[in-house]
Amino acid sequence: MINAQHNPHQPHEAIIVERIDEGADMFSLRLKFSDPKLQDDYEFEPGQFNMLYLYGVGEIAISIVSDPEDSHIIDHTIRIVGRVTRGMANLKTGDRIGLRGPYGRGWPMLEAKQKDVIIVTGGLGCAPVVSAINYIEQRRGDYGRLNIVQGVKHSADLIWKSRYDRWRQLPQTRVFLTADVGDVLWPWHVGPVTTLFDQMEYDPDNVTVMMCGPEGMMHAACTHLLEKNIASSQLFLSMERNMQCALGHCGHCQYGSKFICKNGPVFSYDKIADLFSVKGF
Amino acid sequence: MNMEQYYFQTDQLQWLLDNLLDEGYRCVGPQVRDGAIMYDELSRVEQLPRGMTETQAPGSYSLKKHASQKYFDWANGPQAIKPLLFAPQEKLWQSAQAADGQISFNTAGPELKPVAIIGARACDIAAMKLQDQHFLQQQYSDPFYKSRRENLLIIAVNCGHPAATCFCHSTGDGPFVEDDEAAADMVLTELEHGFLIAAYTDRGEKILEGLALDGCNQQHLDESASIKARSSIQDKQLPQFDIRSSLLKELDNKAWDSIAETCLSCGNCTSVCPTCFCHSENDVPELDGKSSSHFREWDSCFSQGHSYIHGITIRSNTSQRYRQWLTHKFSTWHDQYGRSGCVGCGRCVTWCPVGIDVIESLAKFGGDAS
Repeated sequence: MINAQHNPHQPHEAIIVERIDEGADMFSLRLKFSDPKLQDDYEFEPGQFNMLYLYGVGEIAISIVSDPEDSHIIDHTIRIVGRVTRGMANLKTGDRIGLRGPYGRGWPMLEAKQKDVIIVTGGLGCAPVVSAINYIEQRRGDYGRLNIVQGVKHSADLIWKSRYDRWRQLPQTRVFLTADVGDVLWPWHVGPVTTLFDQMEYDPDNVTVMMCGPEGMMHAACTHLLEKNIASSQLFLSMERNMQCALGHCGHCQYGSKFICKNGPVFSYDKIADLFSVKGF
Repeated sequence: MNMEQYYFQTDQLQWLLDNLLDEGYRCVGPQVRDGAIMYDELSRVEQLPRGMTETQAPGSYSLKKHASQKYFDWANGPQAIKPLLFAPQEKLWQSAQAADGQISFNTAGPELKPVAIIGARACDIAAMKLQDQHFLQQQYSDPFYKSRRENLLIIAVNCGHPAATCFCHSTGDGPFVEDDEAAADMVLTELEHGFLIAAYTDRGEKILEGLALDGCNQQHLDESASIKARSSIQDKQLPQFDIRSSLLKELDNKAWDSIAETCLSCGNCTSVCPTCFCHSENDVPELDGKSSSHFREWDSCFSQGHSYIHGITIRSNTSQRYRQWLTHKFSTWHDQYGRSGCVGCGRCVTWCPVGIDVIESLAKFGGDAS
């Protein structure tokens, strides 16, 4: 007979230890499994995701932003876009939700050690790379020069300004901010992220690039970095598609031959280059 | 086939059914339902579509009486094995919320009685093997599919009457069950006056022993061979070019748009396809708000919601959806499961309401080689 122990679909109860407002349409949930044993056994790597369940509404895939070695709490930053996230935004500290995971393959944090690192993100927050930046921050001596490039559409879209200020203080770290559309009070660059790339400091033969954000932006960034002789196997992208089961069964997240939920969400560019610029996959 | 073949007279077919029922199986077999041959609860051979046959063409299916008095002298209707294993709707788990806000989860798998399906064809067995790979042999194994699969006894019938829409011979999946992996438990071949039967598994062997049959003679084997030879002659076949690589080279071909001008994006093809596995998940709360059930249901890559993600529909038009379906089925499926996702059953051709023929669609992407 099928029971909970053998049912990979079934979530487990988790408690919202803290809910943090991150701005107009963003919030963070700090979670802990109700069952201490589940919490003790829980292990993940940066770039992986969990399925969060809002009681009576449904599940969504959300990437994990906390540190893998901080095993007592699991953080998620969520943007309000659909039915489930809208409902989840109303939850408070102490409320319960369902949690299962982690799923997928994350960033190559071990392979990137001793190398320079370039982080490219576009859009709001971009939680998947925040986990990688946090990871490097906690182990700063293990990595080479760190370049963080964040692009937003409009200057008003920039959140977490204080985090960029904090990261800027780290040794051997440069933070570049840019907006497609600036305004009079925007002190940083105006233009696409790629127009800042020439200011980055890195060794093209010894660098790992991690990016997430709109695919058009990532495509432009990959094209530019390939021209700078960075190997396509060193360009890593976090991909997003509809995910409902997270087990590689429901078929929604298929991207050519890949299931984003289990073969990704992080892919090196050479694995997905064939379809990357084709609309509709 | 190397398994030993036994023979029984046509009028002894009820023995097989009785034996299965006595062994505790719920029997499911082909019957005429709503003008088509469908699979349903079966206890008497009189329920089988004896003397019936059908004609199939792109977008068309019609049943008619046949001169022959055979039980299985027809080609597949819209469905066979898939709904028995990958249920159209399955409750995956349920949750309940107490007054203090605590949420409890539990899984109540369905109470399953062993089921025996009679009449499944070689194409359906091939499709089931692909679904076995997808649901059971990857990183995660689906417990619902697994449980249904373990409870299913399969009595296949070799096909003596392929339809004009069938092309199993060209995909290498039929018309006879060449079952080296013993996915079917037993295989029947219907002759003019009787049946050949062979068991491939221990469960099949047990049923066969209960029948206490005589061996067959050379004449029976010759008759079977001639049925196989005749059924292998199929007008429809896959185009000869390298479909797998050609489709991916033709992603910008205008032919996708021309097919999309006809395609209704209705999802009939994916519903009848025995290998399509896409499904969506939905939470259905009870009216009192105290509990909620989490279901999965068949979904289709032709639906608007299939590619929806945070406010964007990745495949917003029919051309992109048809391309997704065809390139997955005939190209990227090879990377996932080591072969094409098409078993040549022809159902997508017959049940397409506007008669889009998948073979004709494929032929548009052959470049100079077609």
